[in-house]
Amino acid sequence: MIYNLPFYAVIIIIAIGLYVIAFKRNLIKIAMGITIIQSGVNLFLITLGYRKDGLAPIYTHLPSQTSIPEGMVLPVPQALTLTSIVIGVAVLALILSFIMALYREYGTLDTYKMRRLKE
Amino acid sequence: MNDEGLSLIVQNIVSLLFPLTLIFAFYIIIFGHVTPGGGFQGGAVGASAVVMLIVAFGAKKIHGKMSHDNMSIFESTGALIFILTGLIGLIVASTFLSNFLVGEPLFGEIPPWGSNPGILNSGGILPILNIAVGMKVIAGLSAIVLLMALTMEGKKK
Amino acid sequence: MRKILAFLFFIIFCGFLFFSVYELHTFGNPPSDMDDYIISNAQNQTGANNAVTSVVFDYRGYDTLGEATVLFTAIAGVMILFRKRRET
Repeated sequence: MIYNLPFYAVIIIIAIGLYVIAFKRNLIKIAMGITIIQSGVNLFLITLGYRKDGLAPIYTHLPSQTSIPEGMVLPVPQALTLTSIVIGVAVLALILSFIMALYREYGTLDTYKMRRLKE
Repeated sequence: MNDEGLSLIVQNIVSLLFPLTLIFAFYIIIFGHVTPGGGFQGGAVGASAVVMLIVAFGAKKIHGKMSHDNMSIFESTGALIFILTGLIGLIVASTFLSNFLVGEPLFGEIPPWGSNPGILNSGGILPILNIAVGMKVIAGLSAIVLLMALTMEGKKK
Repeated sequence: MRKILAFLFFIIFCGFLFFSVYELHTFGNPPSDMDDYIISNAQNQTGANNAVTSVVFDYRGYDTLGEATVLFTAIAGVMILFRKRRET
């Protein structure tokens, strides 16, 4: 079990984010919980592609003792993580803009007080 | 002087630091196919340089110099360069976004196999796509922060 | 009452996550047939020294076009929400 420790760290991060979304009332805290879950998923994508004692897959100034396909880390999960980080930034920008518009309309940030349609 | 923004010492130091950070962002964008980096990473550094200006000088003064309409034109130019490069690849080699510049003299020198010091002139269409995505990310992220700071500026209790 | 039910479903979901680690590979040697081909042939076919950039922009360039569209949509949405309203 000690060899799979990064996967257990990912499970702890996703569980913390899910607890914050389900059990908190303030809107800013819910937005933080969504960002914590996105960080956990990015970490999981990177740790899927790790090879033991591997270097970065870049040929500029490579140390001359590395074997070419077997001594390097996999490049495809890193490309998917790059896309996921940028999409996380875009989603966070839209969520914060919605929170600012909601605060201007209702005057409060508590989700238990925003139940009814505004009369 | 306007009463928004920070004090005079901070404004002088930010005026010195802004060109250095912008040149660092351009270096990361252009050398994207030789060293670690690329379009998205350099765009994030460039957006943080513009956000440093907004924090130090106040959002109204920066909105007078570069409004969000000019930023929108800059971002759309980057997207158009990306799509036009893909369409030229479709016309020349019958695949969208195909790498048609590999043997040509413009960007197309093939590096020797194995470890080598990097060659700037290599890479096919990769430097063109890096510059297009870098323009798009810098303009987009700084427009978002400028709009948010402009709305929340005049509301002091 | 609702809080007890939510807590029960949270525990069940965490149990699912915990028992799915046994289906993954061990943390040092992933299955890598496609990535060996990409690392070996990225310098000949693309001409770039950086294998990660050549995967992002050449082998999977269509996904980068979709991601640029997502950025554009987010900026368009923020600009709609912060319009100045005319006082009519």
